[in-house]
Amino acid sequence: MQRSKLVIVGNGMAPGRALEKLFEAAPGQFDVTIFNAEPRVNYDRIMLSPVLSGEKTYEDIVIHGDAWYLKNGVTLHKGAKVAKIDRAARTVTSDNGIVADYDQLIIATGSSPIIIPVPGHALPGVLTYRDLDDVHAMLVAARAGGKAVVIGGGLLGLEAAAGLKAQGMQVTVLHLMPTLMERQLDPAAGYLLEKAVEARGVRVICKANTKEIVGSDRVTGVLLDDGTLCEADIVVMAAGIRPSAALAKAAGLDVNRGIVVTPDMRASDPDIFALGECAESHGQVFGLVAPLYEMANVVARQLLGEKDAAFEPKATATKLKVTGIDLYSAGDFAEAPGREDIVLRDPARGVYKRLVLENDRVVGAVMYGETGDGPWFFDLIKRQADIADMRETLIFGQAYQGGSPLDPTAAVAALPDDAEICGCNGVCKGKIVAAINEKGLTDLDGVRAHTKASASCGSCTGLVEQVLSLTLGDAYNPAAVQPMCACTDLGHDDVRRLIRSMRLKSIPAIMQELGWKSAGGCAKCRPALNYYLVCDWPGEYRDDGKSRFINERIHANIQKDGTYSVVPRMWGGVTSARELRAIADVVEKFSIPTVKATGGQRIDLLGVRKEDLPGVWADLNKAGMISGAAYAKGLRTVKTCVGTDWCRFGTQDSTGLGVALEKFLWGSWTPAKVKMAVSGCPRNCSESTCKDVGIICVESGYEIHFAGAAGLDIKPTDTLGHAKSEAEVIEIVAALVQLYREQGRYLERIYKWAKRVGPDRIRAAVLSDPARRKELYDRFVLSQTFAQVDPWAERVDGLDAHEFKPLAQVEMKIAAE
Amino acid sequence: MNECYVDVGAVGDVPERGSRIVRSEIGDIAVFRTTEGEIFALRDRCPHKGGPLSQGIVHGKSVTCPLHNWVISLKTGEAQGADSGCARTIALKIEDGRILLPLAAVRREAA
Repeated sequence: MQRSKLVIVGNGMAPGRALEKLFEAAPGQFDVTIFNAEPRVNYDRIMLSPVLSGEKTYEDIVIHGDAWYLKNGVTLHKGAKVAKIDRAARTVTSDNGIVADYDQLIIATGSSPIIIPVPGHALPGVLTYRDLDDVHAMLVAARAGGKAVVIGGGLLGLEAAAGLKAQGMQVTVLHLMPTLMERQLDPAAGYLLEKAVEARGVRVICKANTKEIVGSDRVTGVLLDDGTLCEADIVVMAAGIRPSAALAKAAGLDVNRGIVVTPDMRASDPDIFALGECAESHGQVFGLVAPLYEMANVVARQLLGEKDAAFEPKATATKLKVTGIDLYSAGDFAEAPGREDIVLRDPARGVYKRLVLENDRVVGAVMYGETGDGPWFFDLIKRQADIADMRETLIFGQAYQGGSPLDPTAAVAALPDDAEICGCNGVCKGKIVAAINEKGLTDLDGVRAHTKASASCGSCTGLVEQVLSLTLGDAYNPAAVQPMCACTDLGHDDVRRLIRSMRLKSIPAIMQELGWKSAGGCAKCRPALNYYLVCDWPGEYRDDGKSRFINERIHANIQKDGTYSVVPRMWGGVTSARELRAIADVVEKFSIPTVKATGGQRIDLLGVRKEDLPGVWADLNKAGMISGAAYAKGLRTVKTCVGTDWCRFGTQDSTGLGVALEKFLWGSWTPAKVKMAVSGCPRNCSESTCKDVGIICVESGYEIHFAGAAGLDIKPTDTLGHAKSEAEVIEIVAALVQLYREQGRYLERIYKWAKRVGPDRIRAAVLSDPARRKELYDRFVLSQTFAQVDPWAERVDGLDAHEFKPLAQVEMKIAAE
Repeated sequence: MNECYVDVGAVGDVPERGSRIVRSEIGDIAVFRTTEGEIFALRDRCPHKGGPLSQGIVHGKSVTCPLHNWVISLKTGEAQGADSGCARTIALKIEDGRILLPLAAVRREAA
């Protein structure tokens, strides 16, 4: 049978979804060719904001990787923009000369940002916010710091503003209307949102009418018609989008605001579909993902010959993806005759909820500050449920309604198998249930790993949990102990307890006695077990390099291209001419491409070939330097300021104490990395208050802080206590580190451990109880007698030599055939 | 056609639950040895981002890529779990404890 030729112009989320449906229902029936103007695969555009703010990377938001196109036999032309559709010849031609003929064509050209045609709109530095290239342009601009002006206070504009702020820019949002997001929010919620955005350090100017974008060779500011001038190094236009319909128009198709389609999604030529933001249906155009996916379903079903499939616009819901701002709006909340409001305000908690009712049905909902019931209200809107019986308590949400018909699990149970649970990744209920049953999944992480449901924006997490509880019944216990990995049912704490009580002293012994389900463990449990054994049996257990991640196995940091980086220890961040000279010589001798100062006051040599590592280490060793353990779940750096040595504000010898701490603690293995700092006075130049352990020197002695974080999470430290002498500081810190070594779960940082066990219990152990502290300290000292061996020197002397040379070099010419 | 094999070393030269690299004209080949003493060879490139599989943790008949933790089957080269992609496998022979790689196959692939 001749396969039907399907050509798609555009590679966004809507056509991606249509193809998924098509391949599921009729694999191999269509010969698919895609033209993508962007030079890449299909990614989740909803998640651009987390990429901008740095919470996710491009890799995290890819929907279909190259392998997916290969597997489904799709020809994807990346970076090929279609220039022409010839309906008579039934061909499309790209601007780089690729021609494809079609039996059926899908136009999915999406939309383009509206550029307000004010003077200066074409200046360099004026950006839009629509695709990954825009995000990259903003990130490049943000790296230089400075000021950003975002024109437009809608969903996209606010997300762009928050992202730029997170990247360190000073941001102003200009909004034409009196309140923010007026299309989704009523004025009261818009006002609360404005306060919240401003509290996050973003300036908001409403009723701001842009008159001109100022600048000579690039943008320098934005001038408003009331004369206000906002300085700007970049300007982001986020004033809205307009369907990209020019290609369709040139081909003679009916175009109004978008490409006009009938409910079967066909344009004015029955062999051509329009899909996504470029399509106009029922006189409306659409920008949110739910209706676009619904369109995609209809297109797929039409292609499969289901003539009845039709698109009907439904109510939509919006959630603002700015961390820390809880906002939800759904349906229609314009005031109209016959409509009534139920409003709940709790100014002290910053909560505002408003429901719009019409004929005892909910037609709109706006929630700010507390949005947990959003999906439930949205469901009431979609089902047009009669709420007369629960009107009095409706605004308090689902928990106050009682009765089984509203039980969320029952609602999920009632959903058909093809009901979509995860909108971002297009996962339906049936697929999740099947994965749970077939793969024996028991928790959210398992479902995410196998189906990607709730792995993107996470707003469907609750639904996925309900599907889990429905499928597993009582066997689903979200509070249950998380097993270490798929190899065992035991959690980390149980495994550690049993290692000690059963005196298990090797990985095979643990796996045998504790009933490991896999033959040799996996890359998750083996490093954890190896650490627990190193910690619990110092001097007895022989470290198993094969159970260590490559960095800890060969004591260097692997880079993306398979080379390594080398960081020598620089005690307390202090170095000397001799060390610097040795580093410079090594860099030249081994042609090391990049030399960079690290955040921990040391020097990083990047791009070292693996075979060169022993040579590099030998030369550094000769100059007295040892491994900085920049790769280790262990002590990394002790950052210091110059203290009483030089600083006119210094109260104690912070540099000396930092060096002493580092010399005492180096070489120790811990559940996760440990970074420390010592500041010479409360001005805190070493930034001690965001470290795992931080010391702040004061006139009367030393304040000891712990459990800070400044990475994925940002958290200031808690105060552990006060010490009078350096010796006391070292004893307390060693005891603290030992307690963490004994109680922490593998990969659990100090702040997470402290949160789990409670800072008070830690304080009680290492501060209030001198006997307990001494025991911990003694155990740490014993462990250090085995741990303080420079791993570089060992390898320079020939340990693991096989790691650093190839098994063979095969010198055969490649013969042409 | 008779395959042409080349001796790259002894089974014992590859550490158990570990790997060694063979450099070749067409790029590195990772040779793995499992706990059971089986030997496998794969192109040293993860199907995800080209990470050097030889540097990963070997467990069972799989290796976990050191860059982003994809788990690759040593037998088939296929990515396990939700990830999809395949590393090229190289069919080798063991004779008298020596590892023999089929260079003809390697050449064809490169050609």
